Amino acid sequence: MSLDHPNKVEQRRPDWAALVIAAVLVAIAAVIYLDASRLREVTGYSPVGPATVPGAVAVVLLGLAIWTVIAAFRGDFPERERQEVGPVVWIVGGLAAQMLLLNTAGFSIATGVLFAATAAGFGRRKLWISLPLGIVLCLVVWLIFAGLLQLSLPAGPLEQLFL
Amino acid sequence: MSTFDFLLQGLLVAAQPMNLLYALIGVTLGTAVGVLPGIGPALTVALLLPVTYRLDPAGSLIMFAGIYYGGMYGGSTTSILLNTPGESSSIVTALEGNKMARNGRGGPALATAAIGSFVAGLIATIGLAFIAPAIVKLALVFGPREYFALMVLAFVTVSSAFGDSTLRGLTSLFIGLALALIGIDQLTGQTRLAFEVPDLLDGIEVTTLAVAMFAIGETLFIAAQGNTGPDKVEAVKGSLWMTAADWARSWKPWLRGTIIGFPIGAMPAGGAEIGTFLSYATEKRLTKHPEEFGNGAIEGVAGPEAANNASAAGTLVPLLTLGLPTTATAAIMLAGFQQYGLQPGPLLFATNPQLVWGLIASLLIANFMLLVLNLPLIGLWVRLLTIPKPWLYAGILLFATLGTIGANPSVFELGMLLAFGVMGYMMRVFGYPIAPVVVGLILGPLAEQQLRRALAISQGDFTVLVTSPIAAVLLAIAALALIVPLILRARGRGEVLGQLAASED
Repeated sequence: MSLDHPNKVEQRRPDWAALVIAAVLVAIAAVIYLDASRLREVTGYSPVGPATVPGAVAVVLLGLAIWTVIAAFRGDFPERERQEVGPVVWIVGGLAAQMLLLNTAGFSIATGVLFAATAAGFGRRKLWISLPLGIVLCLVVWLIFAGLLQLSLPAGPLEQLFL
Repeated sequence: MSTFDFLLQGLLVAAQPMNLLYALIGVTLGTAVGVLPGIGPALTVALLLPVTYRLDPAGSLIMFAGIYYGGMYGGSTTSILLNTPGESSSIVTALEGNKMARNGRGGPALATAAIGSFVAGLIATIGLAFIAPAIVKLALVFGPREYFALMVLAFVTVSSAFGDSTLRGLTSLFIGLALALIGIDQLTGQTRLAFEVPDLLDGIEVTTLAVAMFAIGETLFIAAQGNTGPDKVEAVKGSLWMTAADWARSWKPWLRGTIIGFPIGAMPAGGAEIGTFLSYATEKRLTKHPEEFGNGAIEGVAGPEAANNASAAGTLVPLLTLGLPTTATAAIMLAGFQQYGLQPGPLLFATNPQLVWGLIASLLIANFMLLVLNLPLIGLWVRLLTIPKPWLYAGILLFATLGTIGANPSVFELGMLLAFGVMGYMMRVFGYPIAPVVVGLILGPLAEQQLRRALAISQGDFTVLVTSPIAAVLLAIAALALIVPLILRARGRGEVLGQLAASED
């Protein structure tokens, strides 16, 4: 969605991040290839089977990994903008907290934590305001979606009050 | 029965009170998400998939299509008033539209965008109704290999023909195709890449992937840019109405935009963006006021906005007649059909004409609703733009996770959501397009089925794929669409293609 264009290519050292991407692609290709060879043993010899397409995908991914390595050495990757780590940690932490809290604390508290953490990531660090606000908002959402639309959202101590 | 009879029948279906309500909800939501930067129609439809699971198929599909059309209208408002396109297909509108708003002509800019969208949407939807039956007839002679070739063409155009790198486009596509392999093989029942994890047997949920990639990835990316200060919203000054001169300068660009946008949307050519760029270039060449281009020429808003909406309708042609999505939104709408056990394509026109024609007719009605929503109520949408970012994105993540939890309240599913969200963020940082991953996940299994059917008929002989003339031509076009941009980029002419990037959200 950004309007900026990749900067002009300039000679620089190999792009280590791009090499890591290539390594990840190789790893994915290897996993798919191993799984495909397992399938070939199970299904026996046949020209076309469940292993045909995975095999092809693995080979192409390997090819793309090699291409990525070449691009990394030629400096073909666009220059990256500086990324702030703090906000990312806040939001990822919020999502992780929601995941872990969901089945014990219920939808409203878990998602309220996510809400407050996301707002904090964007600079609203006053958790004593955003956390209660988030929990109340999520409780309203829970009442609408679980109550009226019959969506199964996990209930915790807060939701029990309304059941 | 003729197309007219079908369309009339469809209008009867669409005019049922419940379906009118669904259409109204769809266009309202669509306009809202179109206006809000950071979320688009693809994400919204993905969020609604689990919520609408229990609703009636016709109603929810009408709602999804309304969201798609509404998103196209709403995107222009953001472009004109904020200079930040709400959707990638509104980038061109920002060029002239925002200049007009700064010159105090925001009202006429919004009006020509809305009326142009209406004119284009109306003509293109009627075009859809008349072209669809012809393509359905053509599609009846298609066998597995022709379908496979068609899907290969769609893969190439979505991933690598446009955008600034063939390598990154193809990598995104193949990550999507790799994710599509996970789960039980539909033809033999063998488990692939599930590693004994029961949650993976059904494969990766389209909803989970789309929500993670579009909502969480985008939120992380915006947050990581740091605090850039509040965006400047241009107030709508002066009259909302267009003067006689505005009308005189707008009507031809509307029609030209429609003629450019509709075929481009209808071909498997990836996204509405291309039509808007072509329309802008055309208007710039034909205008009688070349000095105004760059300073707020109304033609530069009218043409691209019409092209944008016409190609949204055009996208529905391959989706409904062939089951072939050519944008991320269309791909997720295909997942919407699949959740009701419906497979768009020639057969659906025969087995479920009520639904197909009801959907097409409801688009005509949705268009009228959108005109009303977007002209008199424009002030309401402008107010949406003033929501502070922290609350906006906190709310987006609330609803994003709500959809996933509603579909499957498991820790594993939320873990996948988080993992794919981080992946979507990293892909944005390194300039990988997002749409090919989603299209790969949805279209991958269909393409594999067709390929294996074709090869099963030929007993494993791969030459069968090119011995049918239709399939051979389609594959040749796909090869050209892959190779020509590669040569253009190698010669340093890639800038233009980069601007046409189909990075629809």
